[in-house]
Amino acid sequence: MSVLVVADHDNQNLKPVTLNVLGAAKQLGGDIVVLVAGEGCGAVAEQAAKAEGVSKVLVADNAAYGHHLAENVAALIAEIASDYSHILAAANTTGKDILPRAAALLDVAQVSDIIRVESADTFVRPFYAGNAIATVQSSDPIKVITVRGTGFDAVAAEGGSAAVESLDIVKDAGLSEFVKEELAKSDRPELTSARVVVSGGRGMQNGENFKMLYELADKLGAAVGASRAAVDAGFVPNDMQVGQTGKIVAPELYIAVGISGAIQHLAGMSDSKVIVAINKDEDAPIFQVADYGLVADLFEAVPELISKL
Amino acid sequence: MKVLVAVKRVIDYNVKVRVKPDNSGVDLANVKMAMNPFDEIAVEEAVRLKEKGIATEIVVVSIGPKAAQEQIRTALALGADRGILIETDEEVQSLDAAKLLKGVVEKEAPQLILLGKQSIDTDNNQTGQMLAGLLGCGQGTFASRVDVEGDSVVVEREIDGGLMDIKLKLPAVITADLRLNEPRYASLPNIMKAKKKPLETLSVGDLGVELKPRLKTLKVEEPPKRQAGIKVSSVDELVEKLKNEAKVI
Repeated sequence: MSVLVVADHDNQNLKPVTLNVLGAAKQLGGDIVVLVAGEGCGAVAEQAAKAEGVSKVLVADNAAYGHHLAENVAALIAEIASDYSHILAAANTTGKDILPRAAALLDVAQVSDIIRVESADTFVRPFYAGNAIATVQSSDPIKVITVRGTGFDAVAAEGGSAAVESLDIVKDAGLSEFVKEELAKSDRPELTSARVVVSGGRGMQNGENFKMLYELADKLGAAVGASRAAVDAGFVPNDMQVGQTGKIVAPELYIAVGISGAIQHLAGMSDSKVIVAINKDEDAPIFQVADYGLVADLFEAVPELISKL
Repeated sequence: MKVLVAVKRVIDYNVKVRVKPDNSGVDLANVKMAMNPFDEIAVEEAVRLKEKGIATEIVVVSIGPKAAQEQIRTALALGADRGILIETDEEVQSLDAAKLLKGVVEKEAPQLILLGKQSIDTDNNQTGQMLAGLLGCGQGTFASRVDVEGDSVVVEREIDGGLMDIKLKLPAVITADLRLNEPRYASLPNIMKAKKKPLETLSVGDLGVELKPRLKTLKVEEPPKRQAGIKVSSVDELVEKLKNEAKVI
């Protein structure tokens, strides 16, 4: 048995979620090989080689892979897939884009968003917005799987010394090209791996008021998220959305401010260890999942909280 | 330009999902069904392309039981021109759905194929990508803006870090994300008109596909219930609890 883990990275740094995917790979057992497909991504390969449990790193360094275009990366994965029993990637926008295409090229199914490994062919995944949890068994010779990072402990980032091998396969389908990217710049921790997350909802009333949450987040070393309602209303950009169709988070502490707690939002944060809800509506569904609920006007409670931390 | 939109019949998003007591699945008996909300966004985008004079014909396709005609009629009422139902009562998994849709694409030769990014029942987020892979064409997933420019299309995508624009050669597959548009409501006259629009029924065999489910669901369970905690009466009490009881700050 041999597991291929497709690394998520920005050509400079290995994204932390890859360490969680490696955690899932470790549970499967067997050799673990990491594929780093990118452009000028040598540093990423070195980081991957140091991760716990990795036996080999394959680097495909070419302009065709620089922006993780699915048409090219999926073709590369399909080309090398026959050496592996399992192919894993993070269930984030990159993994979700690339892996189903690779699965189709291999004529196999994909198991999406797994949160547990039961055995080499059986996996647990939420569906219906997390309202039901399915145990599914795959009969395919190659199991293609996206992994929900919050479901698995990260392996150690340091300590390994895997061999790095360069892969001289260029798949440029010529179907797609990168135009531009607008990435949010922030000194705060990344939402999906932060220890503390502060999120705002419709109750924030506008984008300007989110400043209060940034201030609170900075006191706690937290990332800032938002409900779909706040993103749809244009208060904050899409990359901050927590929920069924946004990001899935499971921090030690989640503070929901002015969020009513729609099921789609709960699907993205209900695995948090401790949940705090601040909302003036005492009947808001968020209080049914909160460990500590404070029924209060957030415009009074949040500044007070900032001053007392 | 011909546009093909794929829509799925799913449990209505307002319905409370209940797991069957024997853990064999989710209870769908006598439950309100509707068009998958992301597919509604895909239909709306096609209609807007037609209103802009870019799309000339919108064909809407669904795979499922006879009752899925309702969702096709909904799309026709929103502005699609004709419908195709690939009728089956069997379970159709993503890869088989992609193969069936590929068959329709080969018959219809659309320049643009629109789908929702995921269905709210299986939450798989696979079919569009698989279809694009099988067709050997480009894919724009998580689309929040679509601009057709000559023989290519620029797609703005909602990615984890922000936004990314890619340019795809046509034909291409695009999957709709939440903020691509806000779907309209069908007017009563349009609902009446939709009843007269053509709706063709095909079988799985007509498209040369044999359904082969690869994933077997062994059991379906309720998620672990989270217990509601306590209400604190002040910010001071909250800070005290977080420090001394939960020990998270």
